[in-house]
Amino acid sequence: MSTLYFTEDHEWVAVEDGIATVGITDYAQKQLGDIVFVEVPEAGRALAKGDEAAVVESVKAASEVYAPVGGTVTEGNGALADAPAAVNTDPLGDGWFFRLTLADPSELDDLMDQDAYNAHVAGLE
Amino acid sequence: MADHDTTSASLRTTPLESLHRDLGAKMVPFAGYAMPVHYQAGVLAEHAYTRERAGLFDVSHMGQARLTGADPAGALERLVCGAITNLKPGRQRYTLLTTDDGGILDDLIVSNTGDTLFLVVNAARKEEDIAHLRAGLADAGVTVTVLEDHALLALQGPKAVTVLAELAPEVAAMRFLDVRSVRLLDGVSCLISRSGYTGEDGFEISVPAWAADRLARWLLERPGVAPAGLGARDSLRLEAGLCLYGSDIDTTTSPVEADLAWTIGKARRETGGFPGDAVILAHLREGAPRRRVGIRPEGRMPARAHTEIRDTDGTVVGSITSGGFGPTVGGPVAMGYVPTALAQPGTPLTLVVRGRAVPAEVVALPFTPPRQVRG
Repeated sequence: MSTLYFTEDHEWVAVEDGIATVGITDYAQKQLGDIVFVEVPEAGRALAKGDEAAVVESVKAASEVYAPVGGTVTEGNGALADAPAAVNTDPLGDGWFFRLTLADPSELDDLMDQDAYNAHVAGLE
Repeated sequence: MADHDTTSASLRTTPLESLHRDLGAKMVPFAGYAMPVHYQAGVLAEHAYTRERAGLFDVSHMGQARLTGADPAGALERLVCGAITNLKPGRQRYTLLTTDDGGILDDLIVSNTGDTLFLVVNAARKEEDIAHLRAGLADAGVTVTVLEDHALLALQGPKAVTVLAELAPEVAAMRFLDVRSVRLLDGVSCLISRSGYTGEDGFEISVPAWAADRLARWLLERPGVAPAGLGARDSLRLEAGLCLYGSDIDTTTSPVEADLAWTIGKARRETGGFPGDAVILAHLREGAPRRRVGIRPEGRMPARAHTEIRDTDGTVVGSITSGGFGPTVGGPVAMGYVPTALAQPGTPLTLVVRGRAVPAEVVALPFTPPRQVRG
């Protein structure tokens, strides 16, 4: 059973057995609109918290996805290269971006839980 | 994730504001107006729907004006590089307001409605254009009247003609760039042209503001018509190889560089008589140093405006002026300026996207086959 965390910039982090899976939230994909291109980091890349980790491009614009926590990338979601629309249709599932080991699990303490994130989004609408 | 969304309370609205809200549009600021960038379906679906059936666009932010006087065509011809005096009643033409340096002040559509000329200019340029026209036409006794009380709708796509013919059967006989006054819903008089900004067959409808909402809702109730926003309008016009003022053309690009030499009238190529004629005619005779071309980046990553263009030796030779994902093409498409020596289709180029070299190729425009009804 994984635990979900969220950033103010609308990334989600699911942590299970010391591995964090990162993606963008349903709110984020709705704001972006139709996603036509995603670039994910390669395995082995070391990311510090806040680093530019991935790029997501909608028909409107390109946006950066930042690493919510630091660590070493274990896997990028290669399926998004040919099927970027998965970020629109299943942002918390097939639309995941990358996985990384946690360099410092205490960085998770700065993130929001589901209730706090829901309140954050409600404040934006 | 960086969110660049902005809102402002001081934006102007079009006569279709309440319709956009009813349709759940995402509104964005554009040229001082609150405009729908897309509706519930999204840009990709609205783009595809327009290519396959018909999209209804609110383009009321664009400037509409009438020129009246003894000889408005002769007077306007002093400010544009196109021929206007030989424009027949019931026809319209795409032309360019040029600068003394041979650049482009704006692109516009001029219609001969019989007793007057009817102009449609870009939203972001309308204040400047109207001032420029008034200053340049006053001595000829031509009056410029801005039609603030008219909306402009664009019904674009292969189904447009059958839908509009339900209200006015005579529109079916119109050819591309024909313009005529017809009575639509409730007998309201509208100025209709068979034209658009999508590469598809379709119509633009200048309708009194008070009647626009009812007409738009009637059109949207027809099978085969769906609302489409500015996002789809941009991807459709890019695939059609059409210029966006301020991106692909501006005061620094000559009509020849912009690959718009076809807009320069035959007689005008010899006699000139428009602002910047010396520079523009020299570009025609001797060739321009650079040219707007279509560009296909390899792979799926879009190359957007301001992307650096290099030749295969790595020398910077130009930049992308419009670029994005072409939904009908199914991949990235772009336009930009390159030296004339590199303007031939098939010429390999390199684009620098986020610091990485992406191979690309010059291709003929448009990216998608034009489907206007030339008759």
